[in-house]
Amino acid sequence: MSHEALLELRGISKQYPAVLANDRVSLQVMPGQIHAILGENGAGKSTLMKIIYGAVQPDQGDIRFNGKSVQIRNPQQARQLGISMVFQHFSLFDTLTVAQNVWLGLDNSLSLAEVSRRIRDKSAAYGLDLEPERPVHTLSVGEMQRVEIIRALLCEPRLLILDEPTSVLTPQAVDKLFAVLRQLVAEGCSILYISHKLHEIRALCTHCTVLRGGRVSGECDPREQTNASLSQMMIGSEPPALVHSQRQHGELVLDVRQLSLPRLDPFGTHLSGVDLQVHQGEIVGIAGVSGNGQRELLYALSGEDVRAAPDSIRLAGQPVGQRDPAQRRALGLHFVPDERLGRGAVPTLSLAHNLLLTRSEAVSRLGWVNMSALAAQASAIIDKYQVKAGGPQAAAQSLSGGNLQKFIVGREIDAAPRLLIVSQPTWGVDVGAAAQIRSALMALRDAGCAVLVVSEELDELFELCDRMHVMAQGRISPSLSRAQATVAKIGSWMSGLWTDEKEKVH
Amino acid sequence: MKKRRCIDVWKLEARPEPSAFWRIASPLLALVLTVILGVLLFMALGKDPVKGLLVFFWEPIRSGYALGELVVKATPLLLIALGLALCFRSNVWNIGAEGQYVMGAVFATGVALLAEKSSGGWFFVLVLCAGLIGGMCWAAITAWLRDRFHANEILVSLMLVYVAIMVLGYLVYGPWKDPMGYNFPQTKTFEAATQVPRLFKGSRINIGVFLALAGVLVLWIFLFRTSAGWAQQIGGLSPAAARYAGFSSRRAIWVALLVSGACAGLAGALEVAGPIGQLTPYVPVGYGFAAIIVAFVGRLHPVGMVFSAILMSMFYIGGELAQSRLGLPKSLTGVFQGLLLFCLLACDVLMNYRLRWRSATTRGLA
Repeated sequence: MSHEALLELRGISKQYPAVLANDRVSLQVMPGQIHAILGENGAGKSTLMKIIYGAVQPDQGDIRFNGKSVQIRNPQQARQLGISMVFQHFSLFDTLTVAQNVWLGLDNSLSLAEVSRRIRDKSAAYGLDLEPERPVHTLSVGEMQRVEIIRALLCEPRLLILDEPTSVLTPQAVDKLFAVLRQLVAEGCSILYISHKLHEIRALCTHCTVLRGGRVSGECDPREQTNASLSQMMIGSEPPALVHSQRQHGELVLDVRQLSLPRLDPFGTHLSGVDLQVHQGEIVGIAGVSGNGQRELLYALSGEDVRAAPDSIRLAGQPVGQRDPAQRRALGLHFVPDERLGRGAVPTLSLAHNLLLTRSEAVSRLGWVNMSALAAQASAIIDKYQVKAGGPQAAAQSLSGGNLQKFIVGREIDAAPRLLIVSQPTWGVDVGAAAQIRSALMALRDAGCAVLVVSEELDELFELCDRMHVMAQGRISPSLSRAQATVAKIGSWMSGLWTDEKEKVH
Repeated sequence: MKKRRCIDVWKLEARPEPSAFWRIASPLLALVLTVILGVLLFMALGKDPVKGLLVFFWEPIRSGYALGELVVKATPLLLIALGLALCFRSNVWNIGAEGQYVMGAVFATGVALLAEKSSGGWFFVLVLCAGLIGGMCWAAITAWLRDRFHANEILVSLMLVYVAIMVLGYLVYGPWKDPMGYNFPQTKTFEAATQVPRLFKGSRINIGVFLALAGVLVLWIFLFRTSAGWAQQIGGLSPAAARYAGFSSRRAIWVALLVSGACAGLAGALEVAGPIGQLTPYVPVGYGFAAIIVAFVGRLHPVGMVFSAILMSMFYIGGELAQSRLGLPKSLTGVFQGLLLFCLLACDVLMNYRLRWRSATTRGLA
């Protein structure tokens, strides 16, 4: 390369008590480059970004920015240098307006009116349509992300770091985001783009650094790679291919008819007239952007919300609308929630004890817990689903997100359910683990279980499902067989525009 | 002009997992800090600190009789703390054990006053049961208000302490006052049949200590070896997980409050049918509040609380001795209890964080 790198890392190492998060990582980001950082969960991507953003100090190595050696002590200093970051999880106050939120995040002392004016200018310049006066709780997730991006852009960054920016977006919103990013790059800004979505990286980025186990395992131009070659660099081996077997599906297991529920919390969604059927031996998917009633529907299905009319939810023929989760579990309903820590598992308890949330094989009839049987049961799940953990006594919070998800999915599949409901099965899970979870779900389907998957990732639903619904604004679309479903159709249904309810396809 | 300045500072760094070492070490460090602060306190009051420490930490274990007194005071503290630990582990904040203790004493007295000279030696069992039910009923008010109306159990249970003390006052100044008692506000001395059997001659230790130790075992088994015990605690550790699993939060509230009410009530009954032998306005001496400290210093662990109950009992005896030996007010007991709790809360920071000595650069304007 003829010109000098904007950012150069040389031999960055960071040792945490348990793991070596970064091991002599070196990389160069050129001006005007969209540089992808690709890696599984736990590969050290986040740590590396936090080092660049000044939130974590490296143990070894140099950082050169704009040709000068720098020590980035904290995020303020990073922003002064011209480095901005958009985090995966938004840090916005729901009750404040867009402008107030941006204003709070800025270092310099501008008036609120001035900040509003700048937000308007920036959003006009980049086609990020955003009203500074709107309260954040009225925004969609995509709009909230725009607030974060605008906040980053107001610092006039020379390097913008984006952490998994598309995980919450509809396909259309993703296209919009990419247009903004390309415009930024054309103006000379560099972008570090963290993701594990291979096709996005291939579509957007011009350079890619792959991390594996804290080390740089490869560098490439992603436009010249295939998904398979990229994931091979990332996980070291080909992910197991999924085989769809055509089978006739069996009897009706879950039958939801005209389920309507007023929302419980003020920022929730009302459910209105939800109709949904799941049969033995099929995987039914629910697509849609989060916050359109999925959470409320899952609460009503799992039994965490028991306000539904008894008849509106039938499980294996029985009206269960008002039964609690344990009673539904006795009828064969098992559920994997999207919140792993704190709902699917108790963070401070060991994996073995976390079995007691939904499993009672190690409990005698009098309620006595057989500790060795419990540990053996946990070990079996850990082995079978290749969970990387310190053993059955490791605390749930000590596992990475992907490994905890493997354990929770394993815990529920191991119970041989009649109906398994899974929410965001591979959210934040690395490619290897995601493939493993998906093939476990398909094996379960092939064994005759009814499976309902709620996910924001269309690719995943296309890969897994036999039929699909779309959820929007608390309502559910008619079902589409996989042959009928296209990205364009599902994408347009995500905004709630489907034709008449009675036109049921299935 | 901006200039850079290097200063060395202690920094708190979050630990990836809570430290098992500091879980045990934190109460011990807190005790050491409490002793150091105690020494400074004695010096500030113009007393010999060595003498002061001897009064608090040596006198209570010096003789067999002293040890007996230590156990007599540790027993109700331990019993109450066992129930509170169950509450706190279930995320139910029962602050009103003192009231449940008083109502236990009142109910026990009600039964004890029915005893006659000819009553059999088993009568004390009835008295203890009455106390247990009394404490349970009093805690049930809190449980019902929380369950039915979502009333905050901290406020309700605390306010009910003062109601219970008023009830006690009404009874001993009114209907239950001993007619032969020279108008003192107290009931007649209970019949011998109501007395809880003592273990040794010349010591006030009674079988209450075995009940408390049995409670330690039962609580340990319930918490760590039964599915109901786990279910109870999961509501405290992460309510969303309890809801996901289908463990009833209403059930957890009732179990926690009824059990802790029963423990406190039993402690109250053991007190009036044991060392005191009658109901007086001086029954409430703050065991219900001190037991909160016992529970936390003992890490809400049944075995840990045995040690913290003994320590807290030392403070009670030390405070009484400080009054007679050093001429210091009895409220010194409360001062030491408070110091210990605050030191513990401060030391607990080390469980989740570690101290790091490192140089930090700050930017300042020259």
